[in-house]
Amino acid sequence: MSSKIYDFSSLTGSIDAALNSWMSPGLAVLTELVIIGLVFLIFYALLGLFLVYLERKVCAVIQNRVGPNRVGKWGLLQTIADLIKLLMKELIPIRKADHLLFVLAPFIVIIASFMAMGAVPFAKGLHVLDFNIGVFYVMAVSSLGVVGILIAGWSSNSKYPLIGAMRSGAQIVSYELSVGLSLMAIVVFSGTMSLSGIIESQADGWWIFKGHIPAFIAFIVFLIASTAEINRGPFDLAEAESELTAGFHTEYSGIKFAFFFLAEYINMFIVAALGATVFLGGWMPFHIGNWEGFNQVMDYIPSIVWFFTKTFFIIYVIMWFKWTFPRLRIDQLLTLEWKFLLPISMFNILLIAFLVLMHWHF
Amino acid sequence: MSEEIIKDVIVRENEDYIINMGPQHPSTHGVLRFEVCLKGETVKYLIPHIGYIHRGIEKMCEADTYQQIIHLTDRMDYLSAHINNEAVCMVVEEAMQVEVPERVKYIRTILDELNRLASHQLWWCAFGMDLGALTAFFYGLRDREHILDIFEESFGSRLLHSFNTPGGLMHDVHPNFQKRTKEFITYFRKKLPEYDQLLTGNIIFQERVKGVGYMSREKAIAYGVTGPSARGSNLACDIRKIAPYGAYDKVQFNEILMTEGDTFARYQVRMGEMWESMKIIEQLIDNIPEGDFTAKMKPIIKLPAGEYFKRVETARGELAVYVVSDGNKTPYRMKFRSPNFSNLFVMNELAAGGKIADLVAISGSLDLVIPDIDR
Repeated sequence: MSSKIYDFSSLTGSIDAALNSWMSPGLAVLTELVIIGLVFLIFYALLGLFLVYLERKVCAVIQNRVGPNRVGKWGLLQTIADLIKLLMKELIPIRKADHLLFVLAPFIVIIASFMAMGAVPFAKGLHVLDFNIGVFYVMAVSSLGVVGILIAGWSSNSKYPLIGAMRSGAQIVSYELSVGLSLMAIVVFSGTMSLSGIIESQADGWWIFKGHIPAFIAFIVFLIASTAEINRGPFDLAEAESELTAGFHTEYSGIKFAFFFLAEYINMFIVAALGATVFLGGWMPFHIGNWEGFNQVMDYIPSIVWFFTKTFFIIYVIMWFKWTFPRLRIDQLLTLEWKFLLPISMFNILLIAFLVLMHWHF
Repeated sequence: MSEEIIKDVIVRENEDYIINMGPQHPSTHGVLRFEVCLKGETVKYLIPHIGYIHRGIEKMCEADTYQQIIHLTDRMDYLSAHINNEAVCMVVEEAMQVEVPERVKYIRTILDELNRLASHQLWWCAFGMDLGALTAFFYGLRDREHILDIFEESFGSRLLHSFNTPGGLMHDVHPNFQKRTKEFITYFRKKLPEYDQLLTGNIIFQERVKGVGYMSREKAIAYGVTGPSARGSNLACDIRKIAPYGAYDKVQFNEILMTEGDTFARYQVRMGEMWESMKIIEQLIDNIPEGDFTAKMKPIIKLPAGEYFKRVETARGELAVYVVSDGNKTPYRMKFRSPNFSNLFVMNELAAGGKIADLVAISGSLDLVIPDIDR
């Protein structure tokens, strides 16, 4: 059905063939890994910078402001200027801090988000890590970041970061459950954990449309829980500016701080990409039943455009949350998860299993 | 006072987990330091430490003439600068037995209320920030800018205007003053409901403020809490009603009282006061009598020997000015009873036992201005 969509695997396949033709297979694989790594690093940095710029523009729109508009056209170079500033800033050594862990923490956070990024299907055939437990892998890897946050809070030898880190630990461990269960809902629907398999199962309609109300509930739970999991407002208790000054990264400066900052934005992208892939069909175009003409027009839009449109829609919603809602208190945060979201998503899974058993979904 | 109203002296223990909130902290709104003892997330006790911005204003007053003192009072509660000025002017006028013209009284009252509006708007901004609602800050500042523009046009300065002078005003208001004030009131009547839409009705906001930081009426009296913070605990303490000054006896307005005594009640009192302030301005703005902008005063003011006392209602509560004069051109002793000083020390009673986030919400709802505490 989606044969008309351009498949990036023909491009990657030809590169692979070209490399294999003039070097040994082992060397070719090594070269490919290096190329992918480099491309990813560059993409990661540019995406981070763009997301920071986007957030500043979105919050400016919400707050009746203009946002950055001086450096470059429409302020596009503002975040690059900020990055240069952060690179040149002094890395302040903390007395009596655990130096090894203090330096290690930002890297753990950033590596976790980098690993999760590998499993994101950007377009048809443009998918680095595609294996049968894709959803499981993303969940496992993205929760590694909390280790870095805990280490950052502990090794700073300071009181505000410690409180922030403990909050973050409690928060992420709790909300991981809801994120997992809401993703499980779609895994039950599609019968596979592989991200490409989930996308293929949405060729005739996205799960949010054909999954009835349970899929919609799962999507809402996923949005709330994933916002909490990436420590963004209204769940940004770990860095709660007005309470803990900056939470777990209070003592960090310069580029080490920028690592946390970057990882936070990339995590937002990963969560949005995962939501778009699982609930909104990833790179799959919008199709309606047997409207052949309409479906063909939709197929002309490249798959990479579909993916980024959906992802940035979810990113916008997450930003919208942050700039509209006040912050929750820690006990309310945990109450929301353990007393509402978790029971709802557990019940939802049962409901979906029942639906699938009775073949009541499309 | 009896023990059940005021708690025992705080006893520090060695194993207490103490964090210092401030003097540089985003939510203390200035250089105030809370020594907070935590048990996990729960606040065990907190001790406010003041004095980081102490400038000795009361002592400086003893070396200054009364016209100069006006400028010092701006720097106490800088968000109610005009109301502070008025308190000193009223003391001097009473001591010199000068009757200020009606026009001055009307204009002073309108400016008082505009000042109160601007102050409450900024409080609303900062309160939203404290709770993590960052957009609230820009909504409030957007509207406050209109008031500051009116001030700027008439006095040339936006925050610390020192427009009052013993006997009247520095000069007459700008010809546009009436027109622009009326325009602002029409504008703000449309914009104030937006505040409710953005924050008041929000479920997260209500969860954060309802039932948090309960202050009983007795406690408010025991600690000398005044202003909107006390009126949230059903304590009628509005000086504008108790001892009307300026043109307050000529206008109809309600004293907003709430019985709940929690953070949300204090929030609602201030929101209600914004509506009342607009009502007061509307009643006065069209009826400003013609006349002089100041009474005849001698260039060198020497108060007759004696003691003088006057109080006004600032945006945060009762400001009382007490002057002892020995007949010279400078006061012998000057004492300010500032509202924030009393409002601050009830913090431990309200915040102990709550969470850190509650502490931030409570200190926001008391609307503290630190230079007014330290003076």
